Amino acid sequence: MVFADLLRFTTRSASSHRLRSALTALGIGIGVTAVVLLTSIGEGLHQYVLAQFTQFGTNIIGINPGRSTTFGAATGIFGSVRPLTIDDAEALKRVPFVINTVPVVQGTASVEGGGRERKTNISGVGSEMPVAFSFRVALGEFLPPDDPRAPRPLAVLGAKVRSELFGERNPLGEMIRVGGERYRVIGVMESKGQVLGFDLDDAVYIPAARALELYNRASLFEIDVLYDKAASADEVVRGIERMIIARHGGLDVTITTQQQMLEVLGSVLDVVTFAVAALGGISLLVGGVGIFTIMTIAVRERTAEIGLLRAVGAGRGQVRSIFLGESMLLAGLGGAGGLVAGMLIVAVLGIAIPALPIGFSPPYALAAEVIAVLIGLIAGVLPAQRAAGLDPVEALRTE
Amino acid sequence: MIRLEGLTRTFQVGDSLVRALDDVNLEIGAGEYLSIMGPSGSGKSTLLNVLGLLDTPTAGAYWLDGVNTSTMTDDELAQTRQRQIGFVFQSFHLVARMNALENVELPMLLAGTPPAERAERGRLALEGVGLAARRDHRPDQLSGGERQRVAIARAMVMQPKLLLADEPTGNLDTASGAEIIRIVEKLNSEGLTLVVVTHDRQIGERAGRRLRLRDGRVVEDLRREAR
Repeated sequence: MVFADLLRFTTRSASSHRLRSALTALGIGIGVTAVVLLTSIGEGLHQYVLAQFTQFGTNIIGINPGRSTTFGAATGIFGSVRPLTIDDAEALKRVPFVINTVPVVQGTASVEGGGRERKTNISGVGSEMPVAFSFRVALGEFLPPDDPRAPRPLAVLGAKVRSELFGERNPLGEMIRVGGERYRVIGVMESKGQVLGFDLDDAVYIPAARALELYNRASLFEIDVLYDKAASADEVVRGIERMIIARHGGLDVTITTQQQMLEVLGSVLDVVTFAVAALGGISLLVGGVGIFTIMTIAVRERTAEIGLLRAVGAGRGQVRSIFLGESMLLAGLGGAGGLVAGMLIVAVLGIAIPALPIGFSPPYALAAEVIAVLIGLIAGVLPAQRAAGLDPVEALRTE
Repeated sequence: MIRLEGLTRTFQVGDSLVRALDDVNLEIGAGEYLSIMGPSGSGKSTLLNVLGLLDTPTAGAYWLDGVNTSTMTDDELAQTRQRQIGFVFQSFHLVARMNALENVELPMLLAGTPPAERAERGRLALEGVGLAARRDHRPDQLSGGERQRVAIARAMVMQPKLLLADEPTGNLDTASGAEIIRIVEKLNSEGLTLVVVTHDRQIGERAGRRLRLRDGRVVEDLRREAR
């Protein structure tokens, strides 16, 4: 039997029970729609979260004091974790391919200014911070490249702090108090919004050395290293390690590349997308049960026809192919319908609720269709096997 | 053409063993016109099914054109049915969703014949039974006699050497039945080997060779020059 003829034959027999076939295919269709929808939401979430993280640039390496991979006794007792200092940040600028380093100290403090007071996040940073994190200054300028060990008391306000303290007034040149010390406002940052619940605008930026003093700390929280995009992260990491070992006498820091973070994050999000796809897959399975039921009934109904086919020369294999083909056709058509429906819903959702992070995922949609056809194949195996195994004489006798 | 040796077919029905065919020895020459008669349960249909390779004997041998059919695989049996044997059934066994032409094309469809050739041969076969004008009709739009003629066209479209008819007139009125008999006898006169199982004495007696079965055994084998 030629494939085109087989296809035509199965199409004809499926379409001779239009409603029944349509309902059976619908079961699979709903499953595929569910997979397409759920994976689109998963994919949208994936892209959304990654976009949130990569907005600071991808060629950044973070260095934190202490080694999170230490085993054995706590370093607090025997460890020789040296503080990560501003001198370290300066020295790391000499590592090959490093463009800039940004020392970071974070905390909260009360800020007085414009006759008001606000508890807000304080970021002690270096002058290169806007470049490294692709932040922009809206008014005035960012912290100047002073001597990092003895910087002047200058401050830059986040957009929210500015509006809370000064409203629409120009804050440039105004004096504020941060934790009791006087700073002069020289700039206001552009609004960045929230990242994963953390309001980037509710912050005041002051020089790192002054933040260390404010919090009476010896060590920076972190040094962020911005490196040349052309260099490999591994190469830069090796350079940093050499520098830290030379200065600290051992590798007592944790180095995290942005790529590592993205990989970890990406794999977590992949699991999420896969999990929702599997949830949708359950409805596919239910559709498969529907196909199995209908095919079992079809074989029983068409027993006489099977007998005839055998009499006019169909081998067992041909009878099997006919029924397998029919169940795959039902599943395939239902799946295709589900794909179209799912894509339509995704498109409509995208237009209706633009804020919803939703992104159509072609690999998952394709996989859903392939799995639908496979489920059709599996659901058809037993009925087709039964059809092929019928005794022609017995089959012809029914009617 | 056909040689049966010690052919036996038994069925297990409940606790008892039924001998549907019991040591049947028979030779059928090419072009013969054979009728098989006998009371219900005498083994007529079983014999026809064995001849048609739909049923396999429990014991004995069946040579078709010098080939021992007991050595054939299931697929080879199907192929042989396809190319060499035509079937006509009492209940026609047309596929209800297909029109007359498609029903006739069915054996060629299974054989993988190209569509153009299929349509042409199907048309000729329908013409042969006088139904060229009805080729687009579905079975439920045809009379009983017409349905059986479509079935004959389907049986003949692969140009078999052997036509097996199981009560071909059983569901038909006398006039339609006579028409069916006329058609198959004409095919016989053109060289086709024809085996008809029937209850109808009048039809049975038309055959050049008449076999009578009782309890699975051949009890009478009469030959007469064809009229």
